[in-house]
Amino acid sequence: MPGASSTVAPRRPRRGGGPTPYVLVAPAVVLLVLFLLVPIGYTVWLSLRASRVTGGGLGLRVEQFVGLENYVGVLTDDGYLQGVLRMLGYGAIVVPTMLGLALLFALLLDTPRIRFGAASRIGIFLPYAVPGVIASLLWGFLYLPNVSPIRDAVTAVGLPAPDFLAPGSVLFSVANIGVWGGVGFNMIVLYTALRGIPREMYDAARIDGASEVQIALRVKIPLIAPALVMTGVFSIIATLQVFSEPATLQPLTDAIPSSWVPLMTIYRDAFVNNDIHTAAAASVVLALGTLVVSLGVLSFLQKRAFGRGQ
Amino acid sequence: MSRLTTGPGRFPTNSLPAATFGRRGLLKGIAGIGAAATLPALLGACDSGSDENVAPPKGNPDDPANLTFWTWTTNVEKVVDIWNARNPHQKVTVSRQAQGEELLTKIITAHRAGNAPDLLHAEYQALPVLITNGAVADLTSLAGEVRSEFTEGTWNLTSFGGKTYAIPQDVAPMMLYYREDLFQQFGLTVPKSWDEFATVARQVRQKDANRYLATFSSGDPGWFAGLAEQAGANWWVNDNGTWTVSINDEPTKRMAAFWGGLVNDGTLSGKPMYTPEWNKAMSDGTLLAWPSAVWGAGVLEGVALTTKGKWRMAPLPQWNAASPATGYWGGSATAISTKSTQRAQAEKFVRWLNTDPEAIDALVAQGGIYPAATTGQSTPALSKAPLMLPNQPTFFADAAAIAKTARGFSWAPNVNVTYSAYSDILAKAIQDKSDFAAAIDRLQDASVADLKKQGFQVK
Repeated sequence: MPGASSTVAPRRPRRGGGPTPYVLVAPAVVLLVLFLLVPIGYTVWLSLRASRVTGGGLGLRVEQFVGLENYVGVLTDDGYLQGVLRMLGYGAIVVPTMLGLALLFALLLDTPRIRFGAASRIGIFLPYAVPGVIASLLWGFLYLPNVSPIRDAVTAVGLPAPDFLAPGSVLFSVANIGVWGGVGFNMIVLYTALRGIPREMYDAARIDGASEVQIALRVKIPLIAPALVMTGVFSIIATLQVFSEPATLQPLTDAIPSSWVPLMTIYRDAFVNNDIHTAAAASVVLALGTLVVSLGVLSFLQKRAFGRGQ
Repeated sequence: MSRLTTGPGRFPTNSLPAATFGRRGLLKGIAGIGAAATLPALLGACDSGSDENVAPPKGNPDDPANLTFWTWTTNVEKVVDIWNARNPHQKVTVSRQAQGEELLTKIITAHRAGNAPDLLHAEYQALPVLITNGAVADLTSLAGEVRSEFTEGTWNLTSFGGKTYAIPQDVAPMMLYYREDLFQQFGLTVPKSWDEFATVARQVRQKDANRYLATFSSGDPGWFAGLAEQAGANWWVNDNGTWTVSINDEPTKRMAAFWGGLVNDGTLSGKPMYTPEWNKAMSDGTLLAWPSAVWGAGVLEGVALTTKGKWRMAPLPQWNAASPATGYWGGSATAISTKSTQRAQAEKFVRWLNTDPEAIDALVAQGGIYPAATTGQSTPALSKAPLMLPNQPTFFADAAAIAKTARGFSWAPNVNVTYSAYSDILAKAIQDKSDFAAAIDRLQDASVADLKKQGFQVK
C-alpha cells in the first residue's frame, strides 16, 4: 500500500542491519517467484515454441523454436479478434449495469427508513455464493426454448416468446448471468464503505436542508469513490477473464462458438486441440491487454476520484 | 470405448455421454485446468524434444510388475480385479484421470513429463495424435498373436502403415433407434433408405407440427464422421508420409447437403444433442428417431428412462440398398506407453483384457461395451436385450449383423482440431440456414491449413 509506511512511527535508524529484513521478506519472494514469475516466464517461453512434425510415415512431433510465429497466428486469427471485441461488448454491458445496480442497492440499504435490511442484503448477496458454472447451468435451463419456464410464462399471457439464445440476444443473456452473480459482492463492498462514513456528515447535511437523494448524490457517492474505483477495476478484470458462463452455455446452443471470448479460444487450443504453444501466445496477449487496460483505468479513475495525480 | 460410459457430469440429472473431441468435454475440463497445469508437469514438459521411440526392454511377461492403467471404461475396476486375483504379482491399478479429449491431453502432457502410465485408453480417432506425439508403443510384435481375433475393418482402426499401435477393445457400429409406439400411432414405416427417411421426416411434420423425426447436431463431430463413413467417405489417406485430406469428398458433401436441406427447410430439427432440451425431446416424443451407435441403448436409459420398451433398433437408412453399410461412432483400444519399463507384462495384460473370454464377458456385463473381438460378440452377457429395449430380444444379434457392414475409416493426427472446427462451422451453418455442403468445404480448408501448419506433408 503506497503511503502506508508513512503512518508508522519512525524507528531509530539502523544502517547496514543484519539479515533480518531479508529473512522476513524471503517467504513472500520465494512464493512470488515460484508461483508467479516462473510460470509467467515458462508461458512466454512456451509461446515462442511449437511442435512441428518431422519424419516419414505418420511423422513425429518435435518441439522447436519458432520465434513470434504463434503471436502472428494469434493476432491474425479472426476468431480470436472477434472474441476480444465480444468480450469488450460484454464488459460494456456488465460493468455499468452491475455497478449501477450494486450502488443503487447499497444506497437503498443505507437509507435510515430501511426495513428488512439484513434479509434484503443477504438476498442480494446470495447469487454471489453460487459458483459461476452452477449459475450458468441454472440460467441455461431458463434460456433453452423447450424447457424455459420464462418462455412458458410469457406465452401464457399472449406475448411472443423471447429467444434468449438467438445470435442477437445471446450476448445479453450471458451478460445477465454475470450481472446476477456479481451485483451482490459489489453491493456489499459499497455498503460497507457507506457504513464507514461518519454519521455526523449526514446530520450536517440534513441541518443544511439536504434531502435523502441529495445526501446520496452529493455526500455518499463522492465519499465512497475509492470503493467505486476498486469495484470498477475488479469488474473490468473479471470481464477480461469471462469464461465459465459462456463455456457452460456453449454445448447447449449453436449460438456460442468455441472462440466466443479469448479465454475460450485459449482453453480450446490448450485442452482440446492440444496446442499449448498457441494457447500460451494468446494468454500472453490477453494478459498484456488486461494489464494495460487495468493500469489505464486505474490511473484515470484515481485522478478523477482523488483529485490528484498520484 | 463407447461413449456410453463417458459421464461428463455436466448435468446432475443423468449420466450423459461426453462427445469425444466434441465441445461437450469443455465443462469437465473447467475443474481440471488447475490439476492439469501443475508446475512439475509443465516444467517436465521442457524435455519434450526427446520423443524418440525407445526400444522396449526385453522383459519376461511373467515377471512381477506394478502397472498403471489410465482409462474411463465403466466399472473397469471390477474387470481388473479378476486379473489381479489371477496374477497377484502383476498388479494393475486403474486411475481415472479424465475422459475424451482431456485424457488425450493429459496423456501427452504426462508423456512429455516422463511419467506416463503403462497402459492407456486410446479412442480410435485419437490414436494418430498419440502416435505422432510418440506416446504409444509399436505393438506389431504382439499384433501377430491376436490379429485373428478381429475383423479386417476393426484391425485397420489401430494399424497404420503396417504397424499396430493398440489392441481394439470395443467398436460402435451405427444404427437407427426409433419410437416404435409413435411410428405405429402416426402410421409411419421404418425408413430403409435416406430418401424414405426424408419422406418420413416430412410426414412427421404434417401429422404433428411439434414433432421431428430427428435432429442434426453441430455438437457431435464423431456422429457426423460416422454418417460420412456410411455414405462412403474416406477423409484421410496417408501414403508414405504424405496426407490426402478429402473431408469435402462427394459422399460427405452429398450426405451434408441431404441433412442441410432438411434442417434448413424445417423438416428436421437442428438443435444439438446431449442438452437438457434434447433429453426432454427424447423422453416426451418430440424426437421420433435417433441415428446412433450400439451403445445408444445405454444412453436412452440415462436420458429417457420413462420410454422403456417403446424404442426399437434397425439398421441405418441406406444410400445404396444393394450394398448396405454403416459407420462407427466411437470405440476405443488399449495402448502401451513408449516410456513403460514393464512392456512385456503390459502386453500380457492388454492381450488378456481384449481377447480373453472371461475378461470380455466381464467388460460387457460390467462396462456395457460392445466388444471388438469377434468371439466376444457372442459372449453370454450379450444374449439379453438392453434394459431399454426388452421388446427386441434379438438386439445384439441384429447389432452383430449390422456390425459386419461397417466400413473402415482411417483417422488423421489432427482429428481433435478438425472436430472442434466442425462444431463451430456447422453451428454457424445451422444458425444462418446456409448450405451445409459449403460448410464442409470450409471444414476441409480449416483441417488442411492446420495439418500444414503442424508440418505434415499434405497433397
